[in-house]
Amino acid sequence: MADIIVLEKMNKFYGTYHALKDVDLTIAKGEKVVVCGPSGSGKSTMIRCINRLEEHDSGRIVVGGEELTDDEKKIDLVRREVGMVFQSFNLFPHMTVLENLTLAPRLVRKMATGEAEAIAMKYLTRVRIPDQASKYPSQLSGGQQQRVAIARALCMNPEVMLFDEPTSALDPEMISEVLDVMTDLAREGMTMVCVTHEMGFARSVADRIVFMDQGEIVEVSTPAEFFAAPKSERARTFLGQILAH
Amino acid sequence: MSFDLSLIAVSLPKILQGLGLTLNLLAVSTLFGLILAVGILLMRLSRRAWLVWPAKAYIYFFRGTPLLVQLFVIYHGLPQFGFIRQSVLWPLLREPYWCSVIALSLNTAAYVSEILRGGVLGVDKGLIEAGKALGLSKFQRTSRITAPLAVRLALPAYSNEIVSMLKSTALASTVTLMEMTGVARTIVADTFAPYEIFIAATIIYLVLVWIIQTGFTLVETYANRHVRKT
Repeated sequence: MADIIVLEKMNKFYGTYHALKDVDLTIAKGEKVVVCGPSGSGKSTMIRCINRLEEHDSGRIVVGGEELTDDEKKIDLVRREVGMVFQSFNLFPHMTVLENLTLAPRLVRKMATGEAEAIAMKYLTRVRIPDQASKYPSQLSGGQQQRVAIARALCMNPEVMLFDEPTSALDPEMISEVLDVMTDLAREGMTMVCVTHEMGFARSVADRIVFMDQGEIVEVSTPAEFFAAPKSERARTFLGQILAH
Repeated sequence: MSFDLSLIAVSLPKILQGLGLTLNLLAVSTLFGLILAVGILLMRLSRRAWLVWPAKAYIYFFRGTPLLVQLFVIYHGLPQFGFIRQSVLWPLLREPYWCSVIALSLNTAAYVSEILRGGVLGVDKGLIEAGKALGLSKFQRTSRITAPLAVRLALPAYSNEIVSMLKSTALASTVTLMEMTGVARTIVADTFAPYEIFIAATIIYLVLVWIIQTGFTLVETYANRHVRKT
């Protein structure tokens, strides 16, 4: 399978703080990768480098054959093909759900409004809230907002979906409705990179688990290996902490 | 002291003869001020120091000195210079109306650019990132996300500034303009009845402020229709 994301010796600094250290990771088309690790380990920073919400300081990032540099045109090309879902939903509050979904297809893909709305309704149906199309984000629950955010990213028909802790801001009873949508998406063959603490989701959906700590990728393994017999001491400690209760 | 209620009633229609000029000064200066403010805002938000620095200096100067002094400098001060009297601007600068419009516009632009900057800074950074992640260009992010949300955030402070501007137009009476306060001062000079006349003027100003406030409340309610009522 073709590699859709390649990170090579990627380093990232915040001032003197070394946030990502020689990160190497290759993700194939159709693969589902879950990134986990303690807070401050660089998970979000790494995933945000993939669509250049953060700039890396050295090394290479190649997404869909395009290397990310200062070239704004290439950055825009990559962003069109990479959908992202944020912890805090980030729906545009002054637009209805339907307007949120059709904005980028209309402006970026130059799609006619009717066509964009038809696609939006298709994805709203897939995330099971077609009846909320004319509401504003503030009128929806957190779980519904996050499903709208997933649908918004899908409307651009991306090659890859990035999820940055998509359930961390949700009330517990709403987590499963979002994970269900993500699981459906994985079954349909979407390439996914998910930063999450939902280990049940990781176990059932991930092809590989990437464990990070202190800005480094400490280990990469299958869920079966990772949960049964983590190779590193740091992963064992981490799993002990999050699975203790 | 005698107090003559009927004098208020008599002077009200006379003072209202200055209403047109008051509203004219307000509308024209607000419009020019807003256009200028957007320019200063863009400079102030730029990453280039040579754009930021003049914008900061402008804001500091016009917020840091009294509007009355600014008006006097433009009306009484500038004509002292021969090159001003020879310049293409002289036909404007010798008119008290345009001196007032210039002073009011330059002054309000400094405040409004800061009000708008507050709005821009108040827009959730996550929304801009969401726009980036969707592939929107910088211009598209600014026009579709930052600007509409910043304007909504700035509306309450902006309505305050318009009310403040209405009252500032009274300063134009110091450079001979017969707007409402100018008319009121003339009547006072004729009648020696400052209480009644200025109370009449006060009533008109309060009615105008009420109209402005109500107007902005309606606009804010409409602009924030997406916000859940709790």
